[in-house]
Formats: sequence, structure tokens, C-alpha cells
Amino acid sequence: MKQTGSEILCESLLKEGVEVIFGYPGGQVLPLYHTLTDYPKLRHILVRHEQGAVHAADAYARVTGKVGVCLATSGPGATNLVTGLANAYIDSIPMVAITGQVPMAMIGRDAFQEADITGITLPITKHNYLVTDVNDLARTIKEAFYIAGTGRPGPVLIDLPRDIQQAAAEFHYPSKVHLPGYKPTRAGNQLQVKKAVKLIGEASKPVIIAGHGVRISGAYKELRQLAETTNIPVITTLLGISSFPETHELSLGMLGMHGLACANMAVTDSDLIIAIGMRFDDRATGKISAFAPSAKVVHIDIDPAEVGKNVKVDVPIVGDVRTVLLELNKEIAPGDHSDWLSRINGWKKEYPSGVEIRESDTILPQYVIRKIWEKTQGQATIVTGVGQHQMFAALHYYYDKPNSFITSGGLGTMGFELPAAFGAQVGLPGEPVWCIAGDGSIQMTIQELGTIRQENAPVKIAILNNGFLGMVRQWQELFYDHNYSATPLWCPDFIKISDGYSIPARNVTCKAEVEAAIEQAAATDGPFILNFIIEPEENVYPMVPPGAGINNILHEPKKEAC
Amino acid sequence: MAAAKHTIVALVADRPGVLNRMASLFRRRGFNIDSIAVGHSETPHLSRMTIVAEGTTTQVEQIRKQVEKIIDVIRVQDITSQDIVTRELALIKVKATAENRSEIMQIVDIFRAKIVDVSAGSVMVEATGDEEKVDSLYNLLKPFGIMEMTRTGRIAMPRGDQVNRRTDVESEK
Ligand SMILES: Cc1ncc(C[n+]2csc(CCOP(=O)(O)OP(=O)(O)O)c2C)c(N)n1
Repeated sequence: MKQTGSEILCESLLKEGVEVIFGYPGGQVLPLYHTLTDYPKLRHILVRHEQGAVHAADAYARVTGKVGVCLATSGPGATNLVTGLANAYIDSIPMVAITGQVPMAMIGRDAFQEADITGITLPITKHNYLVTDVNDLARTIKEAFYIAGTGRPGPVLIDLPRDIQQAAAEFHYPSKVHLPGYKPTRAGNQLQVKKAVKLIGEASKPVIIAGHGVRISGAYKELRQLAETTNIPVITTLLGISSFPETHELSLGMLGMHGLACANMAVTDSDLIIAIGMRFDDRATGKISAFAPSAKVVHIDIDPAEVGKNVKVDVPIVGDVRTVLLELNKEIAPGDHSDWLSRINGWKKEYPSGVEIRESDTILPQYVIRKIWEKTQGQATIVTGVGQHQMFAALHYYYDKPNSFITSGGLGTMGFELPAAFGAQVGLPGEPVWCIAGDGSIQMTIQELGTIRQENAPVKIAILNNGFLGMVRQWQELFYDHNYSATPLWCPDFIKISDGYSIPARNVTCKAEVEAAIEQAAATDGPFILNFIIEPEENVYPMVPPGAGINNILHEPKKEAC
Repeated sequence: MAAAKHTIVALVADRPGVLNRMASLFRRRGFNIDSIAVGHSETPHLSRMTIVAEGTTTQVEQIRKQVEKIIDVIRVQDITSQDIVTRELALIKVKATAENRSEIMQIVDIFRAKIVDVSAGSVMVEATGDEEKVDSLYNLLKPFGIMEMTRTGRIAMPRGDQVNRRTDVESEK
């Protein structure tokens, strides 16, 4: 029996185990939306903007490890996905985005709501397709999910002309893909593993830098075993946060521009870096020529193109992080690095900035984050926007639960937090999800409060409201002569906004209320918004000035006693 | 390390957009493509591309790895340091008069090029060879007045029994 393209799509999604689609309808996906109601197992969630759909699918994928799915109409619907696709691409998130397209006969004629979305998304997708024959549809979907979810994950876009959605074909879902140009490696080369073991055995000042790859491959146990057996401290990148328990004695926290001094000093002074599933982003390395000048580098990554891209690597091991760590752990010998660790502990004590929170009568953002950590015991999933609040959330919450820090690391996309927190909550029903928002960042996608309300998602939203585009203001203060050009930001009354969306909310204007407010939000069923009026010109410390080496650290200046 | 011209050959699926993907990747990574030539290979549904680009060995190795990630690319190699045969084809239209036509023909002969069209005021020359040969011919013809020239860019293949193909790929739909 023949089925329509729309039916074939829905059947294929079921075969792929898809449960949720984040989407927004329009003329060129109407046939598909018409069919969707026949597939109640495919839960469609209507967002308020396509950017909301793609970020929600992104975070859903991050927390579940499944391929996130979003759906948009042609033209403006499709182009609204662009930021989110770029975000998912740079952070290696498995995703399939489906867009409607004008009917085949109209492609290339500047038809109403036509946009060349495969052309537009070419550099920001792992792969993309324009389906021109309904007989290719099932195979295309199979391939798309396979490509999105294997190797180094990434977003794949399928552009589906309206007439292909309506055309009919026999439905056969292929059991295998045939992609001769795509063969991701999983197992690391044995010889390289042996070389790594040797280097690790010889090192006296080794560090592990754990990145997003540890989380993507789910190698928490294996990483911990490696660190504990060898007694090597673990530093994470921003996206590596929550790959290793941060209250563990071997944890040194994050490195890089806003990394902790002990992490940056340890990396700079190290004689061996074991880089695991991280890509030496410039925010992590600082000035490359000053980066770990005397360290040898073992680099484990699934993407061969990452090896040697930014720093010189002595032992490259291309493969899935978990698979490689399993191999490595079989061969590794116990180590003792107590001298090295006590040196690092010295730095920890010497430079408490980024850890200690100073006394203040006003509400400090660090304090808010710390109180949320205390309340949630490091077991919540924290989702952030981009700005100072993101860095405060990275530094002052202690992530003990694997995979619990969701942030836009590579692209740095403001507006990520609210839809992503929603998407994470959909992936983690019944679990605590906290959205740490900037007053600027949240206003980029604030309409997703509508989605949160409609779905009654119990996301707790903490706005760190400083009345500034804080991170940019910080740069202006430190590097642009205090010239606050376009960074003071008028904010709406967030309580009235919340009221408009029927979401309970509360302003928090003095320090004494902070704990009770967090308590109230956590105790409320359903969503809750806390608007923290924080110290407006608080800065993120420590900080490495842009372009400097990561051991060139600005610490929090001592406030004069008054 | 010095930047030099590299010859990269790639076996790619014959699908719409592959050339675009390739060119876009080079552009995005800040590489200038000197030339890119593409056509069918010995295997149905697979094309072979020759790309000439300038960079250091490390840069070119990085771009090669990035190219390898394109799903439609089956195999890609930098064959610069191998023993290779390179060719390009050029068509050159030169101004010609009854007086200088035989002089032009002599030059064309020396280069074992061919005259493929003659009109009252012009001749069209077809030349194949490596770039240097085509360049020299062009330089000698220049004084007569070049009206138009078109070149294919380099195609290349290693000498001997070595092949750049995937034996496990018979055909690809
Ligand atoms: C879409 C987008 N536009 C601009 C920027 C540049 N940017 C980075 S941080 C920042 C300020 C963020 O302000 P806010 O959300 O209020 O957070 P805060 O830094 O005050 O915590 C800006 C404008 C960005 N990262 N993303």
C-alpha cells in the first residue's frame, strides 16, 4: 500500500524512536501537520518562535542523548532555525531539523516564502538534504538520523517540498545505511593507546582536560576511573562541566578566560595534558603560544580533524571517548602525584577568586547561584543564557550530577536559556531544571514563556537582573575606558510579563529574601520566575584578558573597607 | 613552513551540491582555491575532483581532514609529493592576419598544440599540458593579441599502478 510523504515521514520518525517534535506550522508544512494528528505517539510541541524550537530540541538532545527533532515551515520559518542550527553544529548536538519547502515546480523562482535553506545552512549543518523524490524519503530520514547521532554528532537538515509531502510511495524503512563516504571511527588505535599509557606513566605534572566529548559519549565512570587510578587532577572546559563531579578532591573546575586560577596555572605548568573530547577552543586556551609551553599532549577525540587543529599533539587517539578510555583504563598503572597536587592546592588557597564570595549587603549574582546550589544539592540541571550569569553559574554551582550543565558554549547564543530549559525539562520530566537567565538574554526569546505555560513545564527561572548587558559592560569597563555604549538596558516589569503568561513570579530585592524565594520557587508545582535585582556592576572574576595567556589572570580586586 | 601549491584529489558522490559543499568549505576555512576541476570517474555515480590550493603542509592537512568530513566525499588525498601527471586544457583565441598566421602556426607546432578554428581575423588554439606549458604558449601568443582564453584548471593522477579509489564502492546511488 502506498503512503504519502507525510505518512512516510511520521512512520520513519516512529522507527527512529522519536517521541517529541518541537515545531511551528505554516503553509508549506500543512500536509505534514495534517498527518501529524494521526500519530498521537509523536508529541508535537508548539513553540512561539522557530528559534525556540531548535534550542528546545538541542537541549532535549543534550539531556537525553537522543536525536532532537524540530520542524518549521519554509522561508521565514526555516531561516528562524539558522541561529539554533549554528549553535547545535558548533556544540556537536545530534539533531534533525525538518523544513517545509515550496513545491518542486516553484523552487528557484523566488516563490512566496521560498528560501534556499539547504544553501543557507550548508556551513552550519553536518549534512543536509533537499528531497526531490518521495521514493528517497525513507532512506533520507534513515541517513539523517544516522549521521546526526553517530561519530561527532551534529545537526542534519531535511528540506521537504510540499508536493513531496503529498506524493505517494511504498514505505520501506531501510535497516542499514549505505554511506561510503561516512565511516566514523570508534575504537582508538592500540599502538597510540600504549604510547599514551607510557607518557602518562612518565609524567610528573599531568592534568586531564575533560570536554564535551566525555558527556556526549557518556564516559563519566571511565573518566573518574582514569583520574582516580592515576591520581591526576581533572580540569574541564565550559562544555565539559558536569563530566566529573566538582566536589571531588581531584576536581579543579573550569579553565580558560573565566577559569579558576588553579586550573589555569596547573595547565600552564603541566608536563602532560590528557585532552579528552575537547577541541582547544581559544576561550579555553587563551593565547596559543603561551599555552602549556612545556607540556606534551595526548588528545582523544572522535573527530580526526580536531587533532592538531589548534595545538600540536604528541599522541593523537582518534575514537569514541568512552571506548578509548575503556582501553586506556585496562593498561593504566596507578600513579601518585602528591607533590604536584599539593602545589595545586597551594594555588587553590592563594587564589580564591571565582570560589569565595565576598560579603555584601546587596544581592550578588554569585550568592544567588550558590544558594540555588545549596537548595538543589548539586542535583539540578542548570540551563543558562550567555553573559556574566552564564559564567557565574559555571563557577559558583558545583555540578555533581553527570551532564547537568546545559549552556551554549561554542556559539555563545543569547536567548538560549529559556527554550533550552524548556527542552531539557521535556527530556527530564519530574526532575529539577533551573534556568539561569540574563535580563538581556532572556528578552531575546522571552515569548517561550508561552510554551512553558501551555505545557505546564515546571522550569524554575532565575533572572539575574543587573539592568545591563553585563558581560559587554564588563569589557567596556575593563578595556574600553568605562564607555558604556549601548549596554544599559531598560527592562520590562518581569512580574507583569509573568502575570501575562499566568506564571507565578516574585521580585527579590534584598539579600535576606534570596533563600526563601528559591525555596518558594522550588516548592511550587509548575513554572516559577524569580527576578533577582542584583548588584548592577558586578564583574566576573577571575578573568584572562582577551589575547593573553591563561596564566595572565585578573583576580577580583579587593574592595576598600569603608 | 612555507606555503606551496598543493594538488588534492577527491572521489565524491555524484550528487547535487557536492561542488558547492567543497568550495564553501575551502572558503569558510580561509583557503583560496586556485582551480577546481570535476568530472565523471571510472565508477558510475562517482566523480573525481582535482583541487589546487595554496598553503603550508599543516594547513593543507587540516583542510583535507575537514573535506574528508563532508558526507558525500568518499576519499580525499593530497598527492602533491607523489609522482603525478598533471594536465590542463586551454582554448586560446588569438588575433591573426594573413601575414602573421603562419608565424602563429609555427609557435603552435612547437608546443604540440592544435589550431581548432580559423576565421578572417582570428585563430583558436587548443593546448594541453601542465600549467607551465600552457603559460609559456600564452606568453608567446600574447604579442599577437589574445582575444579570449579559457582554461580547465589542473587535473592530476599518480603514475603507475597506484589508484585513488575505493574498491568497496562499486556504484553509489
Ligand atoms: C545573540 C547574541 N547577541 C549578542 C551577543 C553578545 N553578548 C554576549 S554577552 C552579552 C550581554 C548579556 O547580557 P545579559 O543577558 O543581561 O547577561 P549578563 O551578562 O548581564 O549576565 C552580549 C550582548 C551574544 N552573545 N549573542
